[in-house]
Amino acid sequence: MSLMRTMILATAALGLVPAGALAQAKLKVGLMLPYTGTYAALGNAIENGFRLYVAEQGGKLGGREIEFIKVDDESDPSKATDNVNKLVKRDNVDVIVGSVHSGVAMAMAKVAKDSGTLLIVPNAGADTVTGAMCAPNIFRSSFSNWQPGYAMGEVLAKKGVKTAVTITWKYAAGDEMVRGFKEAFEKGGGKVTKELNLPFPNVEFQALLTEIAAAKPDAVFSFFAGGGAVKFVKDYAAAGLKKSIPLYGTGFLTDGTLEAQGEAAEGVQTTLHYADGLNTPRDNAFRLAYAKSYKLQPDVYAVQGYDAAQILGSGLAAVKGDVAKKAEFIAAARKARIDSPRGAFSLSAAHNPVQDIYLRQVSAKENKVIGVASKALTDPARGCKM
Amino acid sequence: MDLATFLIQCLNALQYGLLLFLVASGLTLIFGIMGVINLAHGSFYMIGAYMAFGLAAPVGATFGGGFFATLAVGLVLAVLLGYALEWAFFSFLYEREHLQQVLMTYGLILVFEELRSLLVGDDVHGVAAPPWLAGTLPLGETMTYPVYRLFISAVCLALAAGMYGVLAHTRLGMMIRAGSTNREMVQSLGIDIQFLYRVVFAAGVAIAVLAGMVAAPVSSVYPGMGNTVLIVCFVVVVIGGIGSIRGALLAALLIGFVDTFGKVLLPQAAGVLVYVLMALILLWRPDGLFKAG
Repeated sequence: MSLMRTMILATAALGLVPAGALAQAKLKVGLMLPYTGTYAALGNAIENGFRLYVAEQGGKLGGREIEFIKVDDESDPSKATDNVNKLVKRDNVDVIVGSVHSGVAMAMAKVAKDSGTLLIVPNAGADTVTGAMCAPNIFRSSFSNWQPGYAMGEVLAKKGVKTAVTITWKYAAGDEMVRGFKEAFEKGGGKVTKELNLPFPNVEFQALLTEIAAAKPDAVFSFFAGGGAVKFVKDYAAAGLKKSIPLYGTGFLTDGTLEAQGEAAEGVQTTLHYADGLNTPRDNAFRLAYAKSYKLQPDVYAVQGYDAAQILGSGLAAVKGDVAKKAEFIAAARKARIDSPRGAFSLSAAHNPVQDIYLRQVSAKENKVIGVASKALTDPARGCKM
Repeated sequence: MDLATFLIQCLNALQYGLLLFLVASGLTLIFGIMGVINLAHGSFYMIGAYMAFGLAAPVGATFGGGFFATLAVGLVLAVLLGYALEWAFFSFLYEREHLQQVLMTYGLILVFEELRSLLVGDDVHGVAAPPWLAGTLPLGETMTYPVYRLFISAVCLALAAGMYGVLAHTRLGMMIRAGSTNREMVQSLGIDIQFLYRVVFAAGVAIAVLAGMVAAPVSSVYPGMGNTVLIVCFVVVVIGGIGSIRGALLAALLIGFVDTFGKVLLPQAAGVLVYVLMALILLWRPDGLFKAG
């Protein structure tokens, strides 16, 4: 919605008029996130997490105050290149943070790669961002789509599940998670008998649920998120499939939507790099601080936003806030041990987190951790030459 | 595909088609009959869904609750909203070009979306079906069919019959149809066309809101939900033929079948099949299946 964007920018611009000469100019961070549409809540959580870390550091990273420039990307890949170019060329931001939608993030990575602007991806899991499109100036604080899919494939294969049907939206994220799942599941002796797709963001699942009932697999592996995930989990239960064919998925299926999914989600198992009930001192402290600041419970998106700020902070600390020293910034961020609420992690050679993927089960409206699905899982970064 | 699966898929297609008609019916009235291009139709649908979510508790506290009480309160609010919108905005647009209608109704989308964000937030919500409709019917060995989906189909059929009856077979319907053909002439015959259109517009908004409220338990309630239904609603009205209730119903069912079987048999092309269908039908009949006349 371009009107809204203009308004946001206008408001942002008004707030930015310098009050006087500053010793060191503020560091410009461009937040390109979805603030409207299906993923609006995710965009807000990421921003909250990011701001929380900055606030904890006294409002400064690497000794520099932060100025935020916000763009609503609407989760619309067709507008992504324009939006990111605005941030890079018009607003001259030092760092871009974004986004949620994989298609948008890929367009952002392309611009970042060409322009050399630092990019930190706080959610979108498109494998190529730290795969074929990887670049020294591109970092990710979240995950690659391959990671949670692969971890679930390992879990089901180990359980001795023989056959599975996969179902997802037909776009990068869904395809890649299913590919990761299939890779591990079939390596472990299982067989994916059918791969079902529907166009994004279509949410009429009934026809495909009927296909699942006819195929009678031992398990269903799925990826949906946001409103679509709510509808899928409810439709799956209403179609009576949950009783006979257990539903599995990557964590996005049940993250941030449990209130809306209600009873239908109870017992569903998912894999993700974050979970409820981790009960580590680090996570407890983070949750308390987040709840205090925003009167909201944090979710995985908030954690990813928080860690995006940590990655930025670790790089900036090494160069004392001077982002022009790009090589040093990159080397420091690459080597940093990020003290994440999810558990400490470091970045792979392709700048994607090397992290534990948890196995979680929905119980009493929480994604309770019930184990580690895959320890220190590294994305294979296929096609990355760096 | 064995016979049982095929029959279940037919049921799915039928049910989806009827749901589509329900969602598009308000647009049939406002765009199809009144000739106003209303991009905000999806927003009215969204408002309905959020009403189903937000009104249940206060209505429960005041009137003792119940699905139909919530529905009734929602409809009253919707009629008031529609009436006010027509008075404040739409009444100035009948004589103007379509582009201005597009601009204004697009503006309304932004306003409603932002108001929704301010009032209710950006979370996804679920709405429970009323307990007496929450059951399921067994269907084949592994599947069950939610009773609520059948209820939606029934609501839709009733609505289609009601709209068709009023528009085609009553004096009021005659006046409304006459108004869409020649406004001045109807006015000069002593009919208060301005008031009449205000009421019809309000009814169109109310039907869109009704659709949102009834569909909420199966569709969930989330930001931007109106935009996803808007396009398919226009497709329904255009395929059916502008101004035709029969056409809209048939078009919705056609889309239901094409979409359902498209997803199963041609998953690579599922996203475009509906539009291919529209293109083919418009090539064959440029005015849609049934042109109102």
